[in-house]
Amino acid sequence: MSTSARMIVVLTLIVTVSGGVLSSWDSYTAPKIQHHRLVELRAAIADVLPEHDRYDELALPAQTLYVGRKATGEPVGIAFIAKGSGFQGVISIMVGVEMDFTRLTGIKVLEQIETPGLGTKIVTDPTNKANPLWFPEQFVGVRPEPEITVIKNRPPTTETEIQAITGATITSRAVVKIINDALKQAQIEYQSSLGKKVS
Amino acid sequence: MGKQKSAITREFIKGLWDENPVLISLLGLCPALAVTNSAINGLAMGLATTFVVVCSSIIISSLRKVIPHQVRIASYIVIIATFVTVADRFMAAFYPAISKALGPYVPLIVVNCLILGRQEAFASKNNVGRSLLDALGMGLGFLMVLFTLGTIREVLGSGTFLTYQVMGDWFQPWLVMVLPPGAFIMLGLLIGLSNWINDRRAKA
Repeated sequence: MSTSARMIVVLTLIVTVSGGVLSSWDSYTAPKIQHHRLVELRAAIADVLPEHDRYDELALPAQTLYVGRKATGEPVGIAFIAKGSGFQGVISIMVGVEMDFTRLTGIKVLEQIETPGLGTKIVTDPTNKANPLWFPEQFVGVRPEPEITVIKNRPPTTETEIQAITGATITSRAVVKIINDALKQAQIEYQSSLGKKVS
Repeated sequence: MGKQKSAITREFIKGLWDENPVLISLLGLCPALAVTNSAINGLAMGLATTFVVVCSSIIISSLRKVIPHQVRIASYIVIIATFVTVADRFMAAFYPAISKALGPYVPLIVVNCLILGRQEAFASKNNVGRSLLDALGMGLGFLMVLFTLGTIREVLGSGTFLTYQVMGDWFQPWLVMVLPPGAFIMLGLLIGLSNWINDRRAKA
């Protein structure tokens, strides 16, 4: 066999075997990976809509909303994933809000690559032994109208204020901006989808 | 007989210290710096890399007479990439938390020069048994350094070891240790230490 023919045959064989191995391995692992994603999603929705017993997915053109309901079917709130830029990369947050978009019921940061020890306090703050979750828990009950604002070095005095993390002002502001933007979009989309159903 | 045996054990031992990929050859520094902010990350990255280098070395040394010289690098990359993808999917399916923490650095094992280097320098010229020992030694040598680096950085930077609190309340974590500069400082000190030990051994 000439060298070029051998090159083609050997390389083709290696690639074919590799493709076969990978596709069978993928069909074995893909359902497990999918399952982990679903578990994570459910846990995040449970965190931000504590009162819900089950949820329906509402696939809208720009995003998917999760409508949390009690066992009786009564809706208790809406959860959705908000994404945007943080200090170093994309931050994605599960946001829970009441049905009429007047109060947040909770937030949970799903993904972030902020500065360890500073920006990562948006997830947990190990330096605050009494309540490591003080930052995300501030959002419970916050009013997003007209918008959530960030304040520094003093506790919040109104229902729209969030106290920034010391040393991570940019990250704190980014979280609030991501939530503000996503909330407005979700509200517009949700309400227009209701309008469509009625007409 | 005894001499031959010691030559074979040497293939395994050399990767642990004398030709350690990180401390002596300075290969695979990107993952060594990037993922060692905790001991478990260093361990997971070390295990994944060992798996890839061992499997690739077995396949490539057994195919060394079949693969034409002109397309050897392309063939090596396909074989390495296959094992890297297998390792990546395995972690995502069974250890989702670690997989999330390591992020893109698992797929990036493909471009770790330690692995391609072993194939080109060793597995393509030696039989399966020797290549296996060589790969195992190199992989474990890599793992040891990553685990040590991860342990030091986690203890000093977070006050924990494998997420268990080991430092008392008095301890103020050195934030710099979990940040990139901490990786450079600690790796530099480790390489310095290994050079110092080797110097003393050479003089003795």
